[in-house]
Amino acid sequence: MDALREWLATTPMAQGMDPELLTGLAMLTFASLVLVGVALAAMIFIWCERKIAGYMQSRYGPMYTGRFHGWLQSIADGVKLLLKEDIWPANADKLLFRIGPLLVFTGAFLGYAVLPFSPTWVGANLDIGLLYAFAASSLVVTGVLAAGWGSNNKWSLFGAMRGAAQVVSYEIPLGLAVLPIVMSVGTLNLSQLIIAQQGYIWNWHVFNPIFFFAFFLYLISSLAEVNRLPFDLPETESELVSGYHTEYTGMKFAFFFLGEYADMFVVSAIAVTVFLGGWYTGIPAVDNFVHPAVVFIGKSVLLVMVQIWLRWTLPRLRVDQLMFVCWKVFIPATLGLVFLYGLSRVILR
Amino acid sequence: MTDLQLSERTATMPGDQARPLKSDLLHINMGPQHPSTHGVLRLFITTDGEIVHTVTPYLGYLHRCAEKIAEGTTWHQYIVYTDRMDYLAAMNCNWGYCEAVEQLMRATGTEVEIPEYAQCVRVIIAELNRIASHLIAFGTYGLDLGAMTPFFYALREREAILNIFEKVCGARLMYSYYDIGGVKWDIPPDAMEEIKLFLKIFPKKLVEYNALLTENKIFVERLANVGVLDRETAIAYGCTGPVLRGSGVDWDLRRDEPWGIYDRFDFEVAIGRGQMGTLGDNWDRYYVRMLEMEQSVKIIEQAIAMMPAEGEIMAKMPRTLKVAPGEIFVRTEAPKGEMGFHIISDGGAEAFRCKTRSPAFHNLHVLEKLGEGQMISDLCATIGSLDLVLGEIDR
Repeated sequence: MDALREWLATTPMAQGMDPELLTGLAMLTFASLVLVGVALAAMIFIWCERKIAGYMQSRYGPMYTGRFHGWLQSIADGVKLLLKEDIWPANADKLLFRIGPLLVFTGAFLGYAVLPFSPTWVGANLDIGLLYAFAASSLVVTGVLAAGWGSNNKWSLFGAMRGAAQVVSYEIPLGLAVLPIVMSVGTLNLSQLIIAQQGYIWNWHVFNPIFFFAFFLYLISSLAEVNRLPFDLPETESELVSGYHTEYTGMKFAFFFLGEYADMFVVSAIAVTVFLGGWYTGIPAVDNFVHPAVVFIGKSVLLVMVQIWLRWTLPRLRVDQLMFVCWKVFIPATLGLVFLYGLSRVILR
Repeated sequence: MTDLQLSERTATMPGDQARPLKSDLLHINMGPQHPSTHGVLRLFITTDGEIVHTVTPYLGYLHRCAEKIAEGTTWHQYIVYTDRMDYLAAMNCNWGYCEAVEQLMRATGTEVEIPEYAQCVRVIIAELNRIASHLIAFGTYGLDLGAMTPFFYALREREAILNIFEKVCGARLMYSYYDIGGVKWDIPPDAMEEIKLFLKIFPKKLVEYNALLTENKIFVERLANVGVLDRETAIAYGCTGPVLRGSGVDWDLRRDEPWGIYDRFDFEVAIGRGQMGTLGDNWDRYYVRMLEMEQSVKIIEQAIAMMPAEGEIMAKMPRTLKVAPGEIFVRTEAPKGEMGFHIISDGGAEAFRCKTRSPAFHNLHVLEKLGEGQMISDLCATIGSLDLVLGEIDR
C-alpha cells in the first residue's frame, strides 16, 4: 500500500493534496483493485474448476461461450445471476437474509488486506497479520448462520448449524497448525514469515519434518474452513439441497459463490506464506528474474487447484465423523506438534 | 429418547418465566423433490437435530394405474407399459411380463416353444441391462455421498450399453424389445461386435470403480455398520435382490428358480459378507451390486458362446393372441430384486387382472425400520443402498 501511496503522490492530481487525503485515496484505490481482482480471480477459478472437473469426468466442461473452451462462461453466468429475479422466501427474516451473503463475502474479502503478494504489494503490513487473517475468515460463519436462519427453511437451518459447528471447530486446528512456525520465526507478520524462508528451497518451512505434518494438518483443516469437499457439509447438495444458500437467487447467491472461491484463495495464500516460501522460488538466482507476486500467486493458485482436485475425487464425511476428526484427531495432533516443537527448541538450544 | 421425553424437556430463560423455551422434534418433508430420494418419493421425517426419529414414506406421486391399464390393453400392448415400471431396467421388466404370459399359456395347454437363439438373445440383453441398472445404482450412490465423479464414469459405461440397445431395438430407455414368444428383432452383427468389445473392457472399468469408490476410506467409513439389515428382517419384510443378498441370504432366482435358460449358466451368486463392518450394512448392499456386474459379464460371455450361429427369434405365435382361462404367478430376478407378475386370464385378448409385484416397493418398506435413529446423511445413504426406482414402486 505504501508503494501505491508513493506512486499516487507522483501523479499530477495529487500535487498539493493533503497527505491524509492521499492515504485515504490510496486505501480506496487498493480496496477497489482487490475487489476487482477477487471477483475476477473467483471467475477464473470457477471456470478452471469446471474445466478440471470436466477433464476428470471424461467430458469437456464449458465449450461454447466465447468460442475458445468456453472461457466466457463465468462472465455469462455472472450476467445471468445479475439479471435474475431477486426472490424473497415468505416470512424470511429480511435483515438477516440480506446481510448473510454480504457477511460471507466480506469475511473472505477482508483476508486480502494482509496477503503479502510481494515485499511491497501488501495492503496492510500488520504485525498480527496471521491472526487478522484467521479472524477475518471466521466472519464467514456469521454470514452462513444469518443466511440459514433468515431463509426460514429447515434445510437451510440444518446447513447453517452444521456450518457454524464445523467452522468454529476447525479454526482451532487451523490456528494451532501454524503455531510451531510462529514459535520458530517469532512473529505473526506475514511478510516476516516469508522472509524467514529466504534462500534455497530446503529453507521452506514445509521441509522441516515437524512443520511438514503441520502443513498437512493445515491443508485439511483449511478445506473444512472453506466448506469444500470432503467437508462441504453445510452445502451437501444431495442431503440438504445446497444447505444455507438454497433460498438465494441472483446476486445474493453470486456473493456466496464469490465468497467461497475468494476464501479458497485466502487459505491457500496463507499456506503458501507460512509453509511454502511465499514469494521465493526456492533458488536464489532465479528470484531476481521473476516477479515475487507472480511466484506467490502461482503457488497459491496451485493449492487452489489441489482443493479442486480433492473435491472431484472424494466422497464427503458425515457430520459426526467430521467432528470426531477435528476434536479427537486434529486438535490433539496439532497440540502435540506445538509441544514437540517446543521440546525440540529446548533440547537443541 | 422418546418423543414424550423430548417434548417435556423444556428450558426457561431468566426473566422470561411466562414463555418457556420448548424443545421439540423437527418435522421435515424430504421430497417429493429432493435429489437423494431418487425420484418422486416423499419421506416425512421427524428429527431431533441431525438424528432421525421416524421415517414415513408417502407414495403415489408417480402412480399411472399401470395395473388397471393391463385390463384394457391386449397382451402385446401391455409390454410397453412394463417398460415404464423399472425404467432403468426395462428389458428385465419386459422379460418378466413376457415370461409370465408364456408360462400361463403353457400351463393352460398352448404350446410355446421359444427358439434356442432367442433364449440366448434374451439372456444377453437382460444381463446387459442388469449391468446398466447397477451402474446407475453405483453412480448415483456416489452422488448421494458427495462423490460426483463416479457418476460420470458409470454413465460413460452405461452409454456403451445404451448404444448397443439402440442398435438392437432403436430405443435407449423404453425398449419394448421382448415379445411374447421371443424377441422382436435380431441383434445386428455390429451390435454383437460392440457387446464383445464391451465385455472385454468392462471388467477393467470395474477395477477402476473399486479403486475410486469402493475402497475409498471415507466411503467405507460412511457405509460400514450403517443401515444394518439383518437376515431375518430382510426376509420378513419381503426384501429381494441385492438388498436381500446384502444381508447374507443366498437367494437368486436365476439359480434357485431358473426361468428361460438360466439353469445352463455357471455363475456365483454374490452375497454380502460383512467385510467392512456388520453383515447387511449399506456397504454390503452396495458391494453385492458391484460383484453382480462381474457375474453378469460371465453370464453374457457364456451365452454368446452357446448361441447358435443363426436361428429364429420368435416362436410360432397366433396373430391375435388369446390366452386360455387360468391364473399364474411368475417371478423373475430383475436388477432390483424379484419382479413378479400375477396374471389372471379369462380367455380374452387382454388380461382379466395383472398384478405386479415390484421389488423396490417391498425393499422400500424396510426403510422405515432402517431409518430410525440414523443421521440425516445416513438416511440418504440408506435410501441409495436400497436402489429405489419410483416408476416401479408406484406403477
